[in-house]
Parts: sequence; structure tokens; C-alpha cells
Amino acid sequence: MARGRPRLAGPLAAAALPLGFLAVFFLWPVAAIIRLGIGPGVTRALTAGRTWDLVAFTLGQAAAATAIALVAGLPVAFLLARTSVRGNGFVRAVVMVPFVLPTVVVGLAFRALLPSAGVLAIVLANAFFNVAVVARTVAGLWSHVDRRAEDAARALGASRVRTFLAVTLPALRPAIGSAAAVVFLFCATSFGVVLMLGGGEYGTLETEIYLRTVQLFDLPGAAALSLLQVVAVVAVLVAGALVRRRSTALRLRGRADTARRPSGGEWVVVAAAYAVVAALLVPVATLVARSFESGLDGYRALAGRGYRGSLDVTGWQAVVNSLRAATDATLIALVLGTLACVALVSLGRARIRPGIVESVDTALMLPLGVSAVTVGFGYLVTLDALPGDLRTSAALVPLAQALVVTPLVIRMLLPVLRSIDDRLRQAAATLGASPWRVWREVDVPLAARSFLGATAFGYVVALGEFGATSFLARPDSATLPVVIGRLVGRPGELNNQMAYAGCALLMLVTIAAVVIVDRLRVGSVGEF
Amino acid sequence: MRRLGALLLTGLLAGCSVGGTSDGPRTVVLVTHDSFGVDPAALEKFKADTGITVDVRKSGDAGALTNQLVLTKSAPIGDVAFGVDNTYASRALDQGVFLPYKSPEADKGPQRYGIDSNNLLTAVDVGDVCVNVDPTPLAAREQTPPATFEDLADPRYKDMLVVEDPSTSSPGLAFMLATIAHYGQQGWVGYWQRLKSNGVKVVSGWEEAYSQEFSGSSGKGPRPLVVSYASSPSAEIGTDGKARTSALLDTCFRQVEYAGVLSGAKNPEDAKKVLDWLLSEPFQKQVPTTMYVYPAREGVALPAEWQQAAPQPPSPASLPAKDIQANRERWIEQWRAAVRG
Repeated sequence: MARGRPRLAGPLAAAALPLGFLAVFFLWPVAAIIRLGIGPGVTRALTAGRTWDLVAFTLGQAAAATAIALVAGLPVAFLLARTSVRGNGFVRAVVMVPFVLPTVVVGLAFRALLPSAGVLAIVLANAFFNVAVVARTVAGLWSHVDRRAEDAARALGASRVRTFLAVTLPALRPAIGSAAAVVFLFCATSFGVVLMLGGGEYGTLETEIYLRTVQLFDLPGAAALSLLQVVAVVAVLVAGALVRRRSTALRLRGRADTARRPSGGEWVVVAAAYAVVAALLVPVATLVARSFESGLDGYRALAGRGYRGSLDVTGWQAVVNSLRAATDATLIALVLGTLACVALVSLGRARIRPGIVESVDTALMLPLGVSAVTVGFGYLVTLDALPGDLRTSAALVPLAQALVVTPLVIRMLLPVLRSIDDRLRQAAATLGASPWRVWREVDVPLAARSFLGATAFGYVVALGEFGATSFLARPDSATLPVVIGRLVGRPGELNNQMAYAGCALLMLVTIAAVVIVDRLRVGSVGEF
Repeated sequence: MRRLGALLLTGLLAGCSVGGTSDGPRTVVLVTHDSFGVDPAALEKFKADTGITVDVRKSGDAGALTNQLVLTKSAPIGDVAFGVDNTYASRALDQGVFLPYKSPEADKGPQRYGIDSNNLLTAVDVGDVCVNVDPTPLAAREQTPPATFEDLADPRYKDMLVVEDPSTSSPGLAFMLATIAHYGQQGWVGYWQRLKSNGVKVVSGWEEAYSQEFSGSSGKGPRPLVVSYASSPSAEIGTDGKARTSALLDTCFRQVEYAGVLSGAKNPEDAKKVLDWLLSEPFQKQVPTTMYVYPAREGVALPAEWQQAAPQPPSPASLPAKDIQANRERWIEQWRAAVRG
């Protein structure tokens, strides 16, 4: 087993594409727009008391929402990973629904359900969006963790709780760390929910960057806040990376070996999972109910362009646009995310200094934590230097979506790939397998399910993506979330009905996408 | 893995929105905000008449659009811009974003809303922000609807008004400016303090205010008074053909939306033709239905339901664009102190 330099050429080549993408479509634009604002105004903004209130509120509400999403998501992860209960396919699809719903609609639903709840409503709404991240990321790893260690602990007399704390939880730590980091970043940068449920009284770094950039054109102020945002995000990511650091590999198993019928106390956890799913369905159900308020009028209206033609496209055209844009974004993100994972895992195995691997890992996550406005305005002052002026090109929409989806793909795949016992690979290599064959025979089968999960997840995130799409989309390529946002922003009963029917349709598309991807059988592996 | 590969391949073949730009020989890129709408038939007609393809690119709200134009003035993202309004215009005018151009159509009404002496910007449409009232709950209490700014602070209408935060909402900003124009620099903060003690509710955006808090919309909220647009009642016409809500025409602020040819336009001659088209009768006739605004051109008939439900306010308040630009941040701070403090 040679561990010399030649083995690094492959991983480094694999890392080049995702890192290049990150540099061109993220680091360069963000650095350029921050540089435009650098001046005395930055110091003034950094020493203002209000700025530090914003930092505190941003981090505080994100931490609270992350904690709730973790507590709510873990039972669901257990249900999906460890049990073979009828209806798991439905649960797997339904937890994804919140992710795709436009924030404006969810904001209105939470205002109706929790009037005058203020900060609590903000925290709950952010958690609502993100339970799926925890459930799916953790379940991805959990379903492959060998059950025999837990069984042994139980046989030796440990209680279920002790077994969970001493055996299961440490095994899941990388996935929980991954999920927590992603959820935290999503919550720290959530925009519409904070404005709407805070009634304008509460602000975060994200909302203030928007106001400084878009309303007041105070680039120095925005630059100061963007710098703070980057620093905070890096700090969180580094903390997350330390949590994820694992010294020992796990004995990963195929899913069929690990799912059972729940027994005894496990039913309590299953009940908790169903309670979480029911809670998630409350806002969802109010939206569906609203879509039927005047019968099927809203659904019929989807064939048209809104009340007296408020839209540039019909509802159905918007559905097609959404599916196409999400397909493009998911494909780009899968290629970039998989390459990045292969590179990170190979570098890790080659015993490169862990600091380097973790820095690359952290850098790839950054786009989740930096304001879409900063990135969007950054594009304006940089991308014209590239051939073909991408700034107003339709191609920028899937590229910008891929920027958000790629880190999610990485976070779902990497914990599984990293947890694969290297001895399996060494055994395969000893038996004469080429490095490529080792990947095919060992890593791909064990990670295939997570890859599918990441595909479904990425697709749903891209479907629901609103920020970049509304900023960049041309009228004839408006996606369903953009159309819904526009309809809600217009007077007229029919427009409202159509918006809610559009939401119901978006939910259906989401559930269908998740169910189809989940049902794919990876035939040659024979594991599922 | 074969099926997965097949799925990905199908996805690739079925749906690539990447590419497919329409940079023909005579294409004019119209940069606008995300509320822009146009009847597709009108676009097609213009293309058939002139051979010019209008490529519409939306870029956020009016504020985002203006700032993008300023940021990209040396390498513009289009040829002609529409949607800079009088609350943001002076930012763009100061920065040399636009080329001077006086359209032959400008004398037919748009000149009434002229904003600069160099013909950099031409008015395309006018949207008035006014308080809307739902008279039904008031009638049930045998009350007449309010009419003036003073009425809104009258205890008879306590806890009835919902407004948008001027720092996050464009109609919210317009209504604050209306009170500044009406009460002057000295009096407007005091007026807001009275509104506050009269139970005004502040939300961050139009969606919550109109479609959730307001009793006259499909959301059937608790409050019969809301800051919205003079045009909104035209969309709330009942099955009996009568408007269920109306605008208080003495509480309005005039928002004018402008268009201009961008300096550095690749194709300035065709860009001018597109600007002429924005002012032409066929385009002006459809702005009420596609954008809920009034045409800037004179003598363009409004749709029937507008004539009945959404007449244009005769004398709305307004403020010079320069004053708005110079004071916006300070006024919002003062408002925040008065209403939130």
C-alpha cells in the first residue's frame, strides 16, 4: 500500500472543480462587494450598539431554533432509520414539505396560528423549516450503523437510555454535527420569517444587510455587517467541524440489517416522532384548507395567468419551469458535491494534515451562511468580467441554486463515507482491487442510499429556492415559488386562492419527487 | 446504478434551462423590478411592428433595481430601465446612470411628472398609496368611514388602522412620506404619536397588512383600515358587481415610476424606441391590469371596474425626490423612535 504523493493527484483534481466553482461564484463576488464598502463607515457600523444587538439576536434565535429542530428531528430520524413501520415512506416525504414552501406563505400561516408570539414564532417557524435537515441527515447515517454494538450493551445490562447515550449517540455525532451546522446557518440567514413574524421589530444581520444594501444603499454599513456574518459563520463551522471529528470508523451495515419492528420503550420514541410529524402538518394543513376555501377555483385558476392576467406565465408553466430549474441545479450540485466528497475523503485517508481537509470542508459550507443579497450584488460587480456576461443570464439561476444545494449534498454524503471502516477498503485492495474498484465495491454500495437521499433533498431545496430565483429569473422562466410570492403580493380573492392552490401543488410535487427517488432500487447492490 | 444513471440522463435531456439566450441582432434588454408585468400579446405586437425583441430581466424590488443600476453604470446590465420611482430616483440621477432622451410621446401626459431638467427619466405610470377602507364593519356599528389624516387619529376609529413599516415596505414608506408632506417637518412625528395612542398596528409588509389584517380582503382580518393602493378596490369587486372597499382619496401619496435609456446601452437607438413604446397607447392601456397602476399618458381609458371602484386621487401628496433621498434614513429613524419607542 503506497501512500506516497502520486495518490494525491486524483483527489486534488477532484477538488479543483468544486473549489473553482466556489471561488468564482461565491468568494470573488462576496470579496468584491465587501471591498466596495470598505472605508470609515465600516468602523462606525462596527462600533454601533445596534450592530451588536443584531449579532446577539441573530445567533440567539438561530441557536434556539437549531436546538428545537434537533430535539424534534432525532425521533423522526430514529423512526426512519431504525424501524420498519408501515407509513415510513409517507413520513420520509412529508417531513420534506416545509422546505419547499415559500416563506411568505409559511409566515402568514404562523401569524394566523400564533398571533403576537414574536420571537417564539420566529424560532418555531425556523425550526419548522429545518426538522427535515436533522431527520434526513441523521437517518442517513443511523440506518447504516451496526446494531450489534447496541445489542451487546443491552445484553451486558445497560438500560435503553444508557445504551443510546453511550453507544448510539457517539456513533451519530458526525451526522448530528453536520445537521446542526446546516440548520444553524439556515436559521441565522433566514429573512422573510424574521421580518414577517417579528413585525419589523426584530432584526438579524441578514435583514439588516438587506435594508442597508437595497433600501439605503449604505455599502459601508452592509460591508461591516457582511464581514461580521462571515466571521460568525466561520466560527460556527469550525465548532461544527470539531464536533464532527471522528477518530474511529464505524462498522457500517446495509439498511436491511438495521431496521426492525420497534419493541417496548422504542414505541415511545416512535410516538414522539409521530407527534413531531403531526405538529409539522398543522401549518401545512391550514395552507391546504385555504386552497379549497372557494372550492376548486384556485386550482382552476392555475391554468391561467391570475386575476386579469397578473402573471407573465400560467400556473402550470411555472410548475414546468420549477422542475427544469431544480433538475439543472440538482445535477450541478450532485456533480460538485460528489467530487468534493471524494476529494475530502481521499485526502483524509491519505493522512493529510486534518486542518487542511477541514478548511476545505468549511469553505464549501460558507455559501449557506452568507446573505443572498451580498452574493447577488457581488455578481453584479464581478461576473461581467467573465465571457458571456452571466449577470443577467438564465444560466445563473441554477448555478446560484447549486451554490446552496452543493453544501447540503456534501453534508449528507460525507458522514457516511467518512464512517466506512478503512479496513474494508484495505481488504479489497489486498485482494487486488484497483482504487477505482475499491470505491465501486465498498464506498458506492454503502453510500448509495445517502446519495439518493441527497438527490431528493437537493431537488426539494432547489424547488423551493426563492431568493436567487426571484432576483435573477426572467419573467417567462418564473418558478412556482416566485409566482406564489407575486400572487400573494396582489389584491384580489382569485389571486390568493391561486397562490394557495400553487402551494398545495408544490407540496404534491415535493412528495412525488421524494417518493420517486426513495423508490429507486439500486439493482446491482442488492442491499435495499 | 444503471437506473439512477438513466434517471439522471433523462433529467439532462428533458430539462435544461441553461443556455438559450435570445441575443438576436435587434434585441433590447429591459431591466426592471419584479412587479413588472406586460401582456405577452403587446410584446409580440411590438416585435412584429419594429423587429425589436424586448428581453425583460427582473432584478428585485424598486430599491434593488435602482442600486443595481448605480453599481453597474460602467458595465450596464441592459439598455433601458423601467421602474425607478420618485422615492429612489435622485440616487440614480446623481450618478449618471441614464442618457438624456426626450421621447416624442413624453408631451402626451408623462411631462406632468417630470423629475429632472435633462430628460434623463420619463414617467411611465403612477401608483397612489392610500388608506383603504372596508365600510361593512363600520356600517354595522353605524359609523361613517373616515376621510382624512386627522380622522385616522380620532378615537372613533381606535384600533382600526394597520400600516406597513416604512423601513421594510414601499407602501409603508409612501404613507410615512404622505404624513410628512401633510404635516410638515415639525408636525409629522407628533401625528404618529397620536396614531400610536389610537392603536395603529404596524406590520412589516403589505402581504400581512392587506391579505391578513385587513377585513376587506379574502383574509377577512380584524381591521377595516389599511395602507394599500388607490387601485386595490378594483380587485375587490363582489359578485353583485359593486366594490366592497374604497380608497380614502385624501390620504394618498403619489409614487411615479420612471423609465430611462441607460448610459452605455449597447443599442441606444432601439432602446429609445422601446421607451417610446412604454409611453404608447397600447402599452399604457394595459398597465392597470398587469401592474395595478395608472397610466402616465393622458386620455387613456381605465378599465370599466377601475372607473367605478378605483378612481385616481385628484390631489395626492408628494415630496421632491431630492428631499426624500437626503432624509430617508433620518426620517425612518425618527419614525422608529416615535412608533416603536
